[in-house]
Amino acid sequence: MSDRIPILRIGDILLVSVQFDLEDQTVLNLQEDLAEQIVAKSAQGVVIDISALEIVDSFVGRMLATVAAISRVLDARTVVVGMRPAVAITLVELGLSLGGVSTALDLEKGLAKLRRPASSASQ
Amino acid sequence: MTAPWAAGDDPQVYSVARSADVVQIRQVIRALAQQCRLSLVDQTKMITAASELARNTLTYGGGGTVSAGVVSDASKRGVAAVFEDSGPGIADVDQAMTDGWTSGGGLGLGLSGARRLVDDFRLHTVPGEGTTVTIIKWAR
Ligand SMILES: Nc1ncnc2c1ncn2[C@@H]1O[C@H](COP(=O)(O)OP(=O)(O)OP(=O)(O)O)[C@@H](O)[C@H]1O
Ligand SMILES: [Mg+2]
Repeated sequence: MSDRIPILRIGDILLVSVQFDLEDQTVLNLQEDLAEQIVAKSAQGVVIDISALEIVDSFVGRMLATVAAISRVLDARTVVVGMRPAVAITLVELGLSLGGVSTALDLEKGLAKLRRPASSASQ
Repeated sequence: MTAPWAAGDDPQVYSVARSADVVQIRQVIRALAQQCRLSLVDQTKMITAASELARNTLTYGGGGTVSAGVVSDASKRGVAAVFEDSGPGIADVDQAMTDGWTSGGGLGLGLSGARRLVDDFRLHTVPGEGTTVTIIKWAR
């Protein structure tokens, strides 16, 4: 399967909204597409909305951590928004604390986080 | 290895041969978990554990099957799933169950994490013959 998730651009921010349960290859495609688009669009920030996701397993968790790391290397910042409480509880128990991933409760707070200076956005 | 199913329970068997099958297993487990009225958090934990184990069946076991269904004992009901493959097996189970240990490029959290997420976890493996992992999550 080579499904691709659309990446929207608002100013210098890339926005991805994951709307359905993804196959592993689609997850890897998204990771590559985001890296490419950060450079192609000179993006300063990436927002990944996972509010529709009922589960995040180690594969998707690793993608989120990797995108966060890639964007740092490319001088952009990533914020993951909308994680459901049950997903957060499960991820921590699974052993994935997503330490390097910046998060916000919803899209609005995520965008606000990206507008603040880098030092406070990484908290 | 005793199966978790009692007489009268009849699990459905699903094949795990492609990555799309892992998505299907998640959907199957979700439906069963809702049927058993697992709490939202317990549903999420069971689906996540099943996702990890189905991916292992595919990636390391070279594919296999998942049998899934409702189980019950005297006082409670739950969801059970058995992941079975005829792959290489696991030579060192303690090592494989250690957080962070991976033979591939994973995070090494699938097996150890899945064990924490469910109520019953049994792993049976014979090097050269295959691996069977059984998990159960009970409704509270
Ligand atoms: N069904 C299986 N058959 C053979 N080996 C297996 C099987 N399942 C797991 N293993 C072995 O156990 C190791 C640990 O598995 P585990 O799921 O914990 O981590 P991983 O798959 O390597 O990474 P992650 O699941 O975090 O992405 C694997 O790297 C693999 O060597
Ligand atoms: Mg695994």
